Amino acid sequence: MNAIHPAAAPALRDPAWSGRVFWILASLALVAPMLWATEFKPWILFEPDSLRSTLGFVAAFFPPRVDAEFLRVIGYEAWRTIAIATCGMALALLLAIPLTLAATTVLSVSALPGRMATLPFLLRQAVRWLLIMLRSVPELVWALVFVRVVGLGPTAGVLAIALTYAGMLGKVYAEILESGEPQPTTALLRNGAGRLQAFLYGVLPTNAAELTSYTVYRWECAIRSSAVLGFVGAGGLGQQLITSLKMFNGAEVSTIMIVFVALVWFADWVSERLRRVLA
Amino acid sequence: MPASSSSPGLRVALAAIAARHPAAAPGAPAALRSLTLDIGAGEQVAVIGPSGAGKTTLLQAVSCALRPSSGQLLLDDQDPWALPVAKLQRLRGSLFLAPQTPPLPPRQRTITSLMAARLPAQSLWTSLRSLVYPVDIAEAHAALGRFDLAEKLWTRVDRLSGGERQRVGLARALLSPARLWLIDEPLSALDPTRAGMAIDTLTGAARERNITLLATLHQVDIAVARFPRVIGLRDGELAFDLPAAQVTREHLLKLYAQHEHELAGTGTPATPPADKELAHNPVMVQR
Repeated sequence: MNAIHPAAAPALRDPAWSGRVFWILASLALVAPMLWATEFKPWILFEPDSLRSTLGFVAAFFPPRVDAEFLRVIGYEAWRTIAIATCGMALALLLAIPLTLAATTVLSVSALPGRMATLPFLLRQAVRWLLIMLRSVPELVWALVFVRVVGLGPTAGVLAIALTYAGMLGKVYAEILESGEPQPTTALLRNGAGRLQAFLYGVLPTNAAELTSYTVYRWECAIRSSAVLGFVGAGGLGQQLITSLKMFNGAEVSTIMIVFVALVWFADWVSERLRRVLA
Repeated sequence: MPASSSSPGLRVALAAIAARHPAAAPGAPAALRSLTLDIGAGEQVAVIGPSGAGKTTLLQAVSCALRPSSGQLLLDDQDPWALPVAKLQRLRGSLFLAPQTPPLPPRQRTITSLMAARLPAQSLWTSLRSLVYPVDIAEAHAALGRFDLAEKLWTRVDRLSGGERQRVGLARALLSPARLWLIDEPLSALDPTRAGMAIDTLTGAARERNITLLATLHQVDIAVARFPRVIGLRDGELAFDLPAAQVTREHLLKLYAQHEHELAGTGTPATPPADKELAHNPVMVQR
């Protein structure tokens, strides 16, 4: 505010303050109409009628059904759920890794002296669009399609997860690689190494922990997602869950939910161990 | 010894090269302005000059990491920028640029970081195999040994000190198939004794294999004592290009005018050296 020596005496007021206030107000102004559009009325939850039906539903969960026969079925379906998620992820990785290598700018040789050449740029854009298309179709829609093609069962779930997750993995992998330290990789490329060599000796060791952590998290998501896919007949725990839900069998639902919690906890544990090994 | 020992070093010729850093502000003066230089095969040249003189930009331009905005670069009488991308990449395999901060992934083991220098001479299959079981353990061990680090062969890079990392970065040069070494500030993290050893190892190995060596140095005394030819850069222009024996104090005082504290190592500084510079350049404290 000093007109004579603007640089000599910096004001003691934080210059970032007005910007911060503006963005907080702007985000509130953006969210308000969205709450309106979703008819967001949380107080309905606490009206006596709603409370009664909620309590009734929750009360039906106790005690969970734990007889040997049911547990055997659930155990088998849980195993199938893990299998669907794992096979789906494996296929998704097969698709995503080459797409990541093609999409990421870190491994561009033509971009070494500054700007990427036109043709490689267009190729990268095309791969990015392919990734967008793969993941913009929800896995539920893919599952509905594949249930028609290959029939009811886990195969449809595996294919659905593979396609959607390839799109997500490819995008996020490329972003992880681009946010990591670029120096080791550019140094290798500048000294004449090939793209795949630079990937193996520069990109991978720099980003291994982040890539692993995200991959295991996605595997966890695939386990959850395979539950939803079961709803449309793609096998696994989800198929069991929708049957129990339709029959209002709260005891079975609660057993299945407990198994889900256990599966997610297991995925978390695996991720933790892997991160410690790679840290 | 690698195959490069028989083939002669790369010849470098710069004709009126101007270059600016890609990230530089549009109005900023170019880091290199009309620089003309000739470096013969197997020659050893030190580049000195105050901070911001364009020393690093010069190395980047010669290493084909930075495309000159005007002028022509010739490596063995060939203009690299006239080559198609694949051929240019093959040419890059015959030079080795060591940046000031060693570009080593922290989670990689030293052996793998050293093997990475071999990549341009390796097939993809060999480099994959080398990740499973390193292919040139003995040579990596010998290269580390020349920098007094042999016992760190299997250590992870993030367990090394800054000085050790810098020496691993330099040991990479010994393993690369390059015929031209471009080394940026190789001694910035080393104590005086190690710095002397490191520079002797580099110049000695380059001489054995007849490799062309171009190194930027902050330590003027080392540049003059250990390199046969010294180039002074100032404001992106050539201040002098002389045999080391003909570099006088007047040359240096003129080169470092207004930057006298950076010259502290060579004798009588015009102003007392700043504490910051002393801390960062332990070699200068020696005198």
